[in-house]
Amino acid sequence: MSLHILAVDDSRTMRDMIRHALTPEGFTVTTADDGMHGIEVLNGIAPDAIITDINMPRMDGFGFIDAVREQEKHRATPILVLTTEAAPELKARARKAGATGWVVKPFDPVKLIKALHMVAG
Amino acid sequence: MNTPADPMAEIRASFFVECEELLEALQDGLQTISDGPEDAESIHVVFRAVHSIKGGAGAFGLEALVHFAHRFENILDDVRNGRMGVDAAALKVFFQATDHLADLVAACRDETPPPQARTEELLIDLDALLGADSPEKTPAPAQISFEPTPVSLPFDLSDDLPPLPPLDAPAVQEPSATSRGFDILFTPNADLFETGSEPALLFECLAELGNLTVDCDTSKLPVLQQLSPETPMISWSLSLETTAELAEVASIFEFVEGLCTLAIMQRTAPDPEADVTPSPEQPLVAQTDLAVEDISAIAPAQKAVSTPAPKSVVRVDLDRIERLVNLVGELVINQAMLSQSLETSGLSPHSDAMNGLEEFQRLTRDIQDSVMMIRAQPVKSLFQRMARIVREASFAVGKDVRLVTEGDSTEVDKTVIERLADPLTHMIRNAVDHGLEDVATREKMGKDPQGQVRLTAAHRSGRVIIEVSDDGAGIDRAHVLKTAQAKGLIAADAMLSDPEIDNLLFLPGFSTVTEVSDLSGRGVGMDVVRTEIQSLGGRVTIHSDPGVGTRFSISLPLTLAVLDGMIVEVAGQTLVLPLNLVIETLTLAKKDVQSVRPGHPVIEVRGTFVPVIDLGLQLGYRAAATDFEGTAALLIRDEDGTRAALIIDDILDQRQVVIKGLNDGFYRAPGVAAATILGDGQIALILEPSDIMNQAFKTAGTPPPSALAPPPAEGLHP
Repeated sequence: MSLHILAVDDSRTMRDMIRHALTPEGFTVTTADDGMHGIEVLNGIAPDAIITDINMPRMDGFGFIDAVREQEKHRATPILVLTTEAAPELKARARKAGATGWVVKPFDPVKLIKALHMVAG
Repeated sequence: MNTPADPMAEIRASFFVECEELLEALQDGLQTISDGPEDAESIHVVFRAVHSIKGGAGAFGLEALVHFAHRFENILDDVRNGRMGVDAAALKVFFQATDHLADLVAACRDETPPPQARTEELLIDLDALLGADSPEKTPAPAQISFEPTPVSLPFDLSDDLPPLPPLDAPAVQEPSATSRGFDILFTPNADLFETGSEPALLFECLAELGNLTVDCDTSKLPVLQQLSPETPMISWSLSLETTAELAEVASIFEFVEGLCTLAIMQRTAPDPEADVTPSPEQPLVAQTDLAVEDISAIAPAQKAVSTPAPKSVVRVDLDRIERLVNLVGELVINQAMLSQSLETSGLSPHSDAMNGLEEFQRLTRDIQDSVMMIRAQPVKSLFQRMARIVREASFAVGKDVRLVTEGDSTEVDKTVIERLADPLTHMIRNAVDHGLEDVATREKMGKDPQGQVRLTAAHRSGRVIIEVSDDGAGIDRAHVLKTAQAKGLIAADAMLSDPEIDNLLFLPGFSTVTEVSDLSGRGVGMDVVRTEIQSLGGRVTIHSDPGVGTRFSISLPLTLAVLDGMIVEVAGQTLVLPLNLVIETLTLAKKDVQSVRPGHPVIEVRGTFVPVIDLGLQLGYRAAATDFEGTAALLIRDEDGTRAALIIDDILDQRQVVIKGLNDGFYRAPGVAAATILGDGQIALILEPSDIMNQAFKTAGTPPPSALAPPPAEGLHP
């Protein structure tokens, strides 16, 4: 099954890396440049999972997750947070905001894919 | 990441491009903080920039860059969270760290050894900043090492795991095919579903590890009437036969830890302590609340952000643009040929063909402007590089200098920007080193002890004006004059006006500072700067006020490719003059021309006298004319205000011409800047009027009457 992923990151490099890691594995990847852009993009698509960065301009990852969860149809959409730190505090914060899981940056493509399967099937 | 090298190389290249942008944002952010009151968004921008650089660098295993960026980021994080204030000293270190970060990025990109010593130095400085506030914040080495970390590291669980008994269960340690049995009790809380987790998927993942049986306990389910659909009432007991270790099984529940009641029991190692029962932990919740407060503190600032959305851009190879520019150049020439042949064919100016041609001309011009716009870039990146030069230069000579920039968004041809870097660097260093007084002198003079260097860019009448000015002591003219005389650059008894003395700085081999400082005294004089600017079709002028400061002004054409020209005829030769310098066309009558002395004709134009230069004579085409009755003249004015009336035979046309550079194979005739191809296929020389004026005044022996605008001192060239 081909999963549709929305990846939100303000770093072009990260977006490229995510796309590069997932596309060959049969994922369909849509990207957005920040939280605000992510919400706009989300209006037109129904991704199976969302990957988002935390530190972003305009709307950060926490704000983005809030906004996604507010939408009825995305209450249960899996959201993975990209974080550079594995600190429990950060994970707790991400979860409090409604994230399903987290991926530590820089990510190992294999692990990212595994995490995606874990939350999105 | 052992994927095919090609796409990764591409991403890597794009990462370095992104780094440039991030570094620019970083510089900007720091500058904003330094200029104004501390505002939250700038700090966030600065933090994000460093954070993103670190993130990308980590992905490519650029250890040196990650290492430094990480430490830099830590400090910025403290600033961002209000744990540390930013003062001038901190900013200085931040700027230096930014410069160093740029060096590291460059080193990683070019795969040269990173400047390790400087890294250590700066880390000590950064730590010193931290140390002042909270020494324990110094990051532990474990945090610094920033390896690609697996997603599913059971970090949180590791505390609960007992050290594996080496004797009891050797099998556990071996990743052998030994099968183990796990009993798992799993009861999700409502929170689990709120975060988008799905038990079925977790079971699927478990099933991938081995043989899984799932039992669903629905005993707690109320009767349908009382059912609240969003309150989870089901628990599962699972039994897994697998070769996987406990950690791996536990890792599947990593994301739901704390959102469920979970117990994993390993049957083959019936150690009761091995049970992992992370129930919703009290301290975790407390931490989370704390974190939420943090977010809410940040949130208003985030909302206030009105950063413009990044414009959508396409990256294009410069070569392709060059090609386009060249083609458009050809188009301009071709169009000129076409219009010429139509004119000679005797078509009526009101014919359809001529009307169509007019439209064609307009379109050609539009295309050309648009193509030029592609190459245009704001000078901002250049100015930012200069900011660094100022920091380094002022540090080297121990002066406190502030750089003020203006017109950052002024757009200039990319090639011009690149080639301006060296001359500007030199001028900035000069300003800091020679232009500005030291602090003690400034205080004595009643000036702000902090010196100021201004760097401005602006568009003015079709050209770009870039100025470097300082509020220093101005040029020490007596000293300059003495040096020039001592070096035999001018006659010992030469009488020079102030601007002429200032212009001596541009003479080859001139250096006023007797002891060569390690900063600007690098064997490059202002003459090199001027040569470089001239090769860009530009001019540099100097203006100095004793005690107030010195200003260097560079005037450049907007583009290197096309010029609005006036096409004139002199002694049967077709020549092109830059239109922007021509302020008036005149027809001379005998009575207009007067002579200040033999061979020095002047004309009176609106109350001032302007020297007359016979272009034919000046270029060596013919002997001096004696009678100016009825001849055409162009009144031209140079950037520095020098005026002259150029005698020509006829004005042929006024049109855009494509500049064709004269390569080194040609003799560099004074007064000739370049060449062009005209509509009839004829080649015409493009003249450099300021050069011609200087030549003329030189052969005239003395400067023109001092009532006129001061001429530059090129006449003093040996």
